[in-house]
Amino acid sequence: MESLIIILVGVLTTVAIYLVLSKNVVRVILGTAILSHAVHLLILAMGGLKQGTVPLLGEEAEIYVDALPQALILTAIVISFAVTAFILVLAYRAYQELETDNLGAMRGSDDE
Amino acid sequence: MNNILVLPMLLPIIVGVLLIFLRTYGRIQAWISIAAMVVTAGISIYLLHTVQADGILRLDFGGWEPPFGILFVADSFSVLLVLTSSIVTAVCLSYALISTSKELQTMYFYPTVLFLAAGVNGSFLTGDLFNLFVCFEVMLLSSYVLLTLGNSKRQLREAIKYVSINIVSSWFFLVALAFLYGTLGTLNMAHAAERVAEVGQTPLLTTISLVFLVVFSLKAGLLLYFWLPGSYSSPPIVTSALFGALLTKVGVYALFRIFSLIFYHQPEITHTIIGIMAGLTLIGGSLGAIAFNDIRSIAAYNVVIAVGFMLVGLAIATPEAIEGSIYYLIHDMVAKALLFLLVGTMITLSGSSKMAGMSGLMKNYPLLGWSFFIAMLSLAGIPPLSGFIGKVLISSAAIDSGSYVLLALALLSSIFVLYSLLRVFKNCFWGETIVSKEEQLPLRRGVLLPCLVLVFLTIGIGLGVEGLSLYVTDAAKTLLNPGTYINAVLGIIQ
Repeated sequence: MESLIIILVGVLTTVAIYLVLSKNVVRVILGTAILSHAVHLLILAMGGLKQGTVPLLGEEAEIYVDALPQALILTAIVISFAVTAFILVLAYRAYQELETDNLGAMRGSDDE
Repeated sequence: MNNILVLPMLLPIIVGVLLIFLRTYGRIQAWISIAAMVVTAGISIYLLHTVQADGILRLDFGGWEPPFGILFVADSFSVLLVLTSSIVTAVCLSYALISTSKELQTMYFYPTVLFLAAGVNGSFLTGDLFNLFVCFEVMLLSSYVLLTLGNSKRQLREAIKYVSINIVSSWFFLVALAFLYGTLGTLNMAHAAERVAEVGQTPLLTTISLVFLVVFSLKAGLLLYFWLPGSYSSPPIVTSALFGALLTKVGVYALFRIFSLIFYHQPEITHTIIGIMAGLTLIGGSLGAIAFNDIRSIAAYNVVIAVGFMLVGLAIATPEAIEGSIYYLIHDMVAKALLFLLVGTMITLSGSSKMAGMSGLMKNYPLLGWSFFIAMLSLAGIPPLSGFIGKVLISSAAIDSGSYVLLALALLSSIFVLYSLLRVFKNCFWGETIVSKEEQLPLRRGVLLPCLVLVFLTIGIGLGVEGLSLYVTDAAKTLLNPGTYINAVLGIIQ
C-alpha cells in the first residue's frame, strides 16, 4: 500500500511540476495546489498505512494509527488553502493591472 | 514561571488582531504597535537575563512533556535574535508612522507587520520542526501581504514571483519534514538530535539534511538568492527594511540551528557544501552590488553579501567563528534596516532611485549624509562600529582553521560592500548640488529620528561589545554543545 501511495505521490509531483513550469499564471497556481496534495499524501504514507483503525489510543487499544501525521496534514492543508487563496487573488489583481497572465511577459523592465 | 516565553509571539498577534478593529486610525495603530514591540523587546531582555541565571528555558504547551508536545525553547541565541528583531521592528514602525502615506497606514499595514514579527519571533523560539514550518508560514503570509500593499504594477509582478518561489520552498520543507518523520519518528528538535546522535548520521539522514539546506537557503538567500533583489527592491521602503533586516535572518537562524544541533555529524559533507554556497553567494552578491545604478538594488544585493558572510562562520564552525556569526547577525539586522531606511529617505527626497537622479545631497541634508556614511562604515566593518567585531572573529577563525579561500572571499566581499556604498555616497551626496536651497524638498520633521536610533545602536553595539559578549559567548557555547540544549529540553522538568 505504501509503495502504491509513493508512486501516486510521484505521479502527482510530476504533473504539478509540469504545470508549475508553464507560463500561464493559473496553471502555475493549479500546479502548486497539486504539489501540496502530493506532499500531504507523502506525510500520510510516512506515518504508516493500512493498520485498519482510528488514530485513537484507548486504554486497551491493541492497534492504533499514528495520529501525528494526520495532525500535520491538517495544519498543512489549512496553510496551503490560505496561500492558494492569496495567490489566486494576487494573480487576478496582477491580471487586472498588468493585463496579462503570461509569466513570460511579467519579466518587466527596470524603468517603471 | 516560563509562561512568559510565549509572549514574544503571542503579544504581537493579540495586538495585531485588536488593531484590525482600529483600521481607520493610522496614528493610533502605529503608537500601539510600537508600544507592543517595545514591550516585546523588554520581555526578551528579561528572558535573556533569566537564561543566564537559570539556563535554557522551555515551555511545554498544554503540559505535554517533550518529545510529545510542541514547545518553545529559549536559549541565548534565540533570545538575542528576538530582542534585536523586536527593536528593529519597533524602529521600522516608527519610520512608517512618520513617512508613509495615510493610504498605506490604514490598509492593515501595522497589523500585518505585527503578524510578521510574531512569525519571526516564533521561528526563533520554537523547539519543534513542524512548529518552525508553521511559524515560517505565518511570517511568509504576512510578507506576501506586505509585499503587495501599495499596489504598484511592479509590486504585483514581483509578488507573484516571490509567492511562487516561497510556495515551492515550503513544499520542500514539508517533504523534508515527512522524510525526517519517517526516518526518526519525531519532529522535536532535541529529540531528533538525540536520535541522530544515537544511530549516527547515515547517508539517508545526510540527504534529508541537504533537503533542509535547500529549503533554508532559499529563505535565507544563500546562493539561491535570485528572487531576492527584485522582491526586496519593489515594495514601500519600510517593508524593504523589515524584509532586509528580518526575513533572511530567520533562514540563517534555521540553518545555524539545524546544522549545529541535529546534523553536525558529517561536517565534511554538509558544512563543506555550506562553505561552497557561502563563497558563491559572496561572489554573486558582490558582483550584483557593483553592477546596478538603482540604489535599492544595491542595498538588496548587500543583504545577499551579508548572508554569505554569516554562513562562512557556520561553515568554519569553530567557537570563534560561531561567535563572530552571531555578532554579525545582530549587527546586520540593525545595519540593514538602517541602510534601507536611509536609501528610502534619499529616494523620497530626490524622487528617483537611480544614482544619476541625485547629486550633492550632502549640502542640503548633512545629517542624512553623515548617517549614510556611518551605515556604510558599519557595513564594511570599520572599527569601532558594530560590523567590526563579527568580521574580525570570523576572519581569525578562518585563518586558524586554514580556510583561506573563504577568508579571501569574505574580506574581498567587504571591499565590494565598501565600494558599492562608497559609489552611492560619492554620486548622491557629493558633487554638484542639483537642487538649490530654495527648491529643496523639506525633510519631514522627525523622519531621520528612527535612522538616528539605529545609528546609535550600531555605534553602541560596536563600543559596548564587552556587555554583549557574555550573552554571545553563551549562545555560541550552546550551539556548539548540542548536549546542553538536548538536556534542557528532554531533561526532567523542575
